[in-house]
Amino acid sequence: MCLAIPAKVTALEAGDMAVVALEGVKKRISVALLDDVSVGDYVLIHVGYALHKVSAEEAARTLALMAEAGILKEELEEITGGAA
Amino acid sequence: MKYVDEFRARDLAEKLAVQIAAEAKPDRTYHLMEFCGGHTHAIFRYGVQDLMPENVKFVHGPGCPVCVLPVRRLDDAVELAEKHGVILCSYGDMMRVPGTKQRSLIKAKADGADIRMIYSTQDALKIARENPDRQVVFFAIGFETTTPPTAVAIKQAEAEGLENFSVFCNHVLTPSAIGHILDSPEVRDLGTVKIDGFLGPSHVSSVIGSEPYEFFAEEFAKPVVIAGFEPLDVMQSVLMLIRQVNEGRAEVENEYTRVVTREGNLKAQALVSEVFELRQSFEWRGLGEVPYSALRIRDAYAAFDAEKRFTVTEKQSREVKSCECPAILRGVKKPTDCKLFGTVCTPDNPMGSCMVSSEGACAAYWTYGRFREPAKQKAEAIA
Amino acid sequence: MNMVDKNVSYRSGNVDMTHGGGGRAMADLIRDLFHRHLRNPILDQGNDAALIEVPEGRLVMSTDGHVISPLFFPGGDIGSLAVHGTLNDVAMTGARPLYLTAGFILEEGFPLADLERIVMSMAQAANDAGVPVITGDTKVVEKGKGDGVFITTTGLGVVPDGVRVSADRAKPGQAILLSGTIGDHGVAILSKRENLEFETEILSDSAALHGLVAEMVAAVPDIAVLRDPTRGGLAATLNEIARAANVGMMLDEAAIPLKPDVSAACELLGLDPLYVANEGKLVCLCEEADADKLLAVMKAHPHGGNAAIIGHVTDDAANLIQMKTGFGGTRVVDWLAGEQLPRIC
Repeated sequence: MCLAIPAKVTALEAGDMAVVALEGVKKRISVALLDDVSVGDYVLIHVGYALHKVSAEEAARTLALMAEAGILKEELEEITGGAA
Repeated sequence: MKYVDEFRARDLAEKLAVQIAAEAKPDRTYHLMEFCGGHTHAIFRYGVQDLMPENVKFVHGPGCPVCVLPVRRLDDAVELAEKHGVILCSYGDMMRVPGTKQRSLIKAKADGADIRMIYSTQDALKIARENPDRQVVFFAIGFETTTPPTAVAIKQAEAEGLENFSVFCNHVLTPSAIGHILDSPEVRDLGTVKIDGFLGPSHVSSVIGSEPYEFFAEEFAKPVVIAGFEPLDVMQSVLMLIRQVNEGRAEVENEYTRVVTREGNLKAQALVSEVFELRQSFEWRGLGEVPYSALRIRDAYAAFDAEKRFTVTEKQSREVKSCECPAILRGVKKPTDCKLFGTVCTPDNPMGSCMVSSEGACAAYWTYGRFREPAKQKAEAIA
Repeated sequence: MNMVDKNVSYRSGNVDMTHGGGGRAMADLIRDLFHRHLRNPILDQGNDAALIEVPEGRLVMSTDGHVISPLFFPGGDIGSLAVHGTLNDVAMTGARPLYLTAGFILEEGFPLADLERIVMSMAQAANDAGVPVITGDTKVVEKGKGDGVFITTTGLGVVPDGVRVSADRAKPGQAILLSGTIGDHGVAILSKRENLEFETEILSDSAALHGLVAEMVAAVPDIAVLRDPTRGGLAATLNEIARAANVGMMLDEAAIPLKPDVSAACELLGLDPLYVANEGKLVCLCEEADADKLLAVMKAHPHGGNAAIIGHVTDDAANLIQMKTGFGGTRVVDWLAGEQLPRIC
């Protein structure tokens, strides 16, 4: 459940509102659920509300973890000569 | 799309597939329940199952708010729109769900009820402002993710003195449902639902944090990995679950660290507990009555509670008899075990909620996965 | 005689019941608005019916009712859409469209200035397409009984000799070509819908495709199937073809052209671009051996710049449209169930 998508904050507006951009698409959303949102932050958008900030460091760390899986594949390929 | 496209990359998927196949022990099967419909959707939408070894099986859980809303509550919403003449605001997801006698919001709308599809609770407030002489009711559904926006709307309505706005609250809680599934006789005593581990909710957890799952990881000795909704997140989380199972661990791990912390969104939690309180019990479609599994509006905000503002009649709400949604939602049966699946029940003519929501296990099977299931023959037979 | 001086002004005021009443107000509206903008020798005869010579060859006819909200949208309006939609339906038989007719149903109270904008846009579209509107009709309904303007257009065309385009000619092994990016029209419309508003530079792809079709059939007269994937999007069109010909299809998701902004808007609203409407794209099935030649012809045309080969026809009694996902798995691309609604989960 709970369709949500990360988007970049491009402007902060009165009344806990903000404008976010996803590629060239811009939408007004509420940031009433977050403290200290800044322009440039990536936030997770669900039903027109920002639920949480997205951490760039953690995203990079997760991708690095996933990439570790590749090492095994390469090793297997070396052993089997690419047959894996 | 940053933070989206990277987590759909094919080259990493291939590598993870090799790793999963290498680490999954061939002499056993891994039954992993994805609680959330979001995971179900990702698995089918991207064909993740194709990248899994034979012995890694997904069991689809009840984590779709549309699927678990009991028919009676939907019938009540229709009544609010039809008999009380309110403007009923609903998320698009609920529009086609069949209630008693297949009556849905979209049918009620066609018959003249004023039902409006909205994208955000802000839209419902706007409609209330623009129609001061009409009662505007927001049909609130959803898990912990969708609840804080409802709380914001109620607080905002109070601040603005928006007296014609109220909320028909059907918000439900995830951890109690997971606990209920694990505690059910089918799982605990009969062992008919084999679950070796859980893919934990992603966006729900961004609000409640990973901490609430620690209790049942320990209590039921099942590993939980909080998993993002992108397909690579699902694969990495499967790998983490396999490792826990292999090592005999039953811990809460967090794969979705870019959005989920242990404590979650404290501001959202505070808002929710200010506006809502626990219901002693709430009916879930498919699970029956689940204690302390839902929220209602606190007395302090009773003025905005549609259940207090309007009196709905007691009704004999009915599901289609042979619909297996209840068993499917608990993971006891697969969509293809249901006699109605693909015969009388299809996404065009859904009998049960699992076929309506695109996240429902039946709709996902039908739309994305039926070519790999025996149901294919069934589909041919009726085509 | 100076016609212009006599013209009634349509810069202000609203449609009222007299505009459909058969009296002078109606005659003035027809003369000063419809005829003035849509003028051509056949319409100028001013008869209730258009008299035309029977053209040589096989005739095709198609009719299409146009209702859309909002009436004006990024990249077009109901006027241009009413021309393009019907021209494309005619063109999808491989035909060269020759004539159009237009029937208007106007709602009492509709601003005359908006009506003029729509008629001018229609005239422009017909002129650009080189296909005249040769007869028409206007009716007015009471306020509340219409949605501003409904326009029904009918198109007449001729099919070149040797061209035999039909959905039931889809055969296993044929290539599936798509003329460009999907979902542009639907997203442009949704961006202006109440309660969904979002900003985007995406324009509707509304366009007349008969020019592109003419070059395609000239290059490969043996084209098996042509369809424009409008309502229900690419998914609905491919399913219709598969059912008509009792075949299946295998698509390659990575090959399907999609603008990043359309993809983003769909992610935001929970929509699948495969099901989002197009108004200026076509799907073409042809023999594998002709595919590259046809693709080159399409890419050289202004309406086919992003054309791609997106898959092939398979032998499948269940008529399933399957797709290799960009992720490396396989999924089914089913019919759309009901209307595609923005969703939260």
